[in-house]
Amino acid sequence: MKRLFASFLILIGLMGNMALAGEDGKSSLYPAVPKATGKAHPEGNEFMRINHMKLMRHDRDETTLLGNRDVKYSLKECVACHAVNGPDARPVSVKSDKHFCRSCHEFAAVKIDCFQCHNSLPDPDVVERLTMLPQKNRELAAYLKEVTQ
Amino acid sequence: MMDRTIYREIKLTPVVWLLAGVLGAFIAAAGLALLYVEHNGHIVTGMNNQIVWGLPHVFAIFLIVAASGALNVASIASVFGKIENKPMARFSGLLSLALLAGGLAVLVLDLGRPDRLLLAMTKNNFKSIFAWNIYLYSGFFAVVGAYLYVQMARGMAPKVIKQVGTAAFIWRLALTTGTGSIFGWLVARPGYDAAILAPMFIVMSFSFGLAFFLLAISAVYRLSGRYIGPNLIKRLGRLLGIFAGAVLYFTAVRHLTNLYAAEHADFERFILFSGGFFTQLFWIGQVLIGGVIPLFLLFHHTDGSNRKHVLTASVLIILGGMAQIYGIVIGGQAFPLEIFPAYTVNNGSFDGAIANYSASLPELALGLGGVALTLLIAGLGVVVLRILPLNLSDRNIDPSKPDF
Amino acid sequence: MKLPALKTAVKDLSEIDRREFFKAGGAVATVALSSGVTLMAFGGAASANADAGKRWGLLIDVNKCKSDCNACVTACSDENGWEDTGNPETDAQWIRKVDLTHKQTGREVSLPMMCQHCEQPPCVDVCPTGASFKRADGIVLVDKHACIGCRYCMMACPFKARSFVHEPVENQKSHAPRGNGTVESCTLCVHRVDKGGSPACVEACSETGHGAMMFGDLNDPASEISQALKQYSSIGLRDDLRLNPGVRYSNL
Repeated sequence: MKRLFASFLILIGLMGNMALAGEDGKSSLYPAVPKATGKAHPEGNEFMRINHMKLMRHDRDETTLLGNRDVKYSLKECVACHAVNGPDARPVSVKSDKHFCRSCHEFAAVKIDCFQCHNSLPDPDVVERLTMLPQKNRELAAYLKEVTQ
Repeated sequence: MMDRTIYREIKLTPVVWLLAGVLGAFIAAAGLALLYVEHNGHIVTGMNNQIVWGLPHVFAIFLIVAASGALNVASIASVFGKIENKPMARFSGLLSLALLAGGLAVLVLDLGRPDRLLLAMTKNNFKSIFAWNIYLYSGFFAVVGAYLYVQMARGMAPKVIKQVGTAAFIWRLALTTGTGSIFGWLVARPGYDAAILAPMFIVMSFSFGLAFFLLAISAVYRLSGRYIGPNLIKRLGRLLGIFAGAVLYFTAVRHLTNLYAAEHADFERFILFSGGFFTQLFWIGQVLIGGVIPLFLLFHHTDGSNRKHVLTASVLIILGGMAQIYGIVIGGQAFPLEIFPAYTVNNGSFDGAIANYSASLPELALGLGGVALTLLIAGLGVVVLRILPLNLSDRNIDPSKPDF
Repeated sequence: MKLPALKTAVKDLSEIDRREFFKAGGAVATVALSSGVTLMAFGGAASANADAGKRWGLLIDVNKCKSDCNACVTACSDENGWEDTGNPETDAQWIRKVDLTHKQTGREVSLPMMCQHCEQPPCVDVCPTGASFKRADGIVLVDKHACIGCRYCMMACPFKARSFVHEPVENQKSHAPRGNGTVESCTLCVHRVDKGGSPACVEACSETGHGAMMFGDLNDPASEISQALKQYSSIGLRDDLRLNPGVRYSNL
């Protein structure tokens, strides 16, 4: 009897979820993922959603253990690009449920402890680097190519 | 004729329930202490950057050391063939598992990041004695668990019991060597850096563990109205006296060796003469309460039953043992590192100064919670399993001289 | 560990560009940004990795260090974000000043104490999880991703160089992550060293004009520090333990 009741509950849950599904086929319960500044990941958002932890873990070990500061996936750049501004037009920390990492991780019920040690607020220097105009970058690249040849 | 040993569960009387409730309350208090420290950080404890290991470690190390010693009675029965101890061997095994569980719980819950326990189990640096201890501790559960099983299984050949018992005996020696080496291998601190700490911890385990065993079994038998022969207690008491004397001996050798080396003279002066609380702890706590008085009680007995003497001595040995471990763990850290032997330090961040430590309530709660967990596990064991015999009369020692 | 995902990611155009630059450039350090943006900057050393051929070290001239000067400590605190919270017993202390008087001669000296970056570090030996480790270039660090906060390294360190973070921390420097329940110590400003720079304390000391601290590669016989070590006598603290510290003191 108990089992029957449980299955019934699950069925209701599933139906409810289907009914809530929006036009893009996603449930309306899906978290509101804040948009990032800067260019999109070339790997695609779906790829990043599934693999970001592997990429970050790989690169964190590169930096911490081997001293490679030239990595592609560093937490401070995640935090800088994905900063979400609060009502005071300043980036919010992970204390706010609007924080990029938190909004999704809370939905997925996956606890992360990154921000016990890392700052959840963007580093102004990193932001400055990230917001450098692509044009300027290309010029710099061309210049570098010239001098190094 | 020897008594036939019949093992039976302890009945759940209201008093047993009451005790379980009290122990549960202590464990709950430890849980609250854990949450409190986890939330606020170790700043709410008495520990600091000078005294990095505090009261929880004193409790944890005491329980872990005693765990190895609680196995004495079983080892004496299976490995050394003393048949009169055989009926108590199951309880001896159970109690040692319970003590280790209680000690380890305190140890891991005091970590800065107890949430990373799994990491500690999977990522190991085998140059670290700490990492080896993780395996020695978990292996102890396996070996003593197997030992309990072969003792309790039907139709198990005595040879098998002896073999598994020998394995458990060797394992517990390795385990206490590992625990002592945590301190013995710290070359930088004048209070440690001594190979004698490993064998000394083994002897301490013999003594503290047997004292804990005697108190535990007497309490359970009194509670359940079962009978233990006075001679059985008396004989174990005599053994306890030998162990307590051996602890004093090792202590004397350790300090005399240190006194002989000029580089350790300052540390010895601190512990033995000028250390205030630590000096009192050493002379009054460890030597007098934990050594001289118990020895007097155990060997200077008048006629008649000296059960009371043995149990009083057991209590004193446990108190002295706590004092001793407190002195080793906290005293060893309180004495400053000698980084500049030719200089006196005028001004630094606690350099050259005796460090202060006063334990906080959460630390005490966590430590006592470990003791409560030990007792609850052992209690649960004797309630659900056939661990304890219906009576432990002196007939087992000498069938020709029954005690009633 | 092989990551197939990474391989595809690396095919990103900017990465290829980056590699070419790397092949071509000697004194060019590049930083790849998250989305195909690449930044290049000029730096001293080209190496982006901990180089096994190097051994970073410090030489501290005790005669030049002044008792009333705290510049190295302040600089370290500013650089790495640890601060005085009014609880000296539990506050982090990556670097501290110690004033000493010689027992026989009465000579007074002052010196900075920090992680001595030993060649045979006891903290690394005792760490159960391997969180305490020595980089290929001799810098001793705590990998806080693996630290369980057991504090055994603090028991083992002969120099009291390590601190345990006793309280939750916020607003850390992005290059110096630190958090409650883990152990930390001087990193020799590894984030600066990896970019060809020198530690903040050394820089601050030279700015005061005292110039008591020198940083460099102990393995390179031509480096300023090696030359100085060759010329003047110096000691490592607790040399009796044979740990061969990377920090050396002269005139002590």
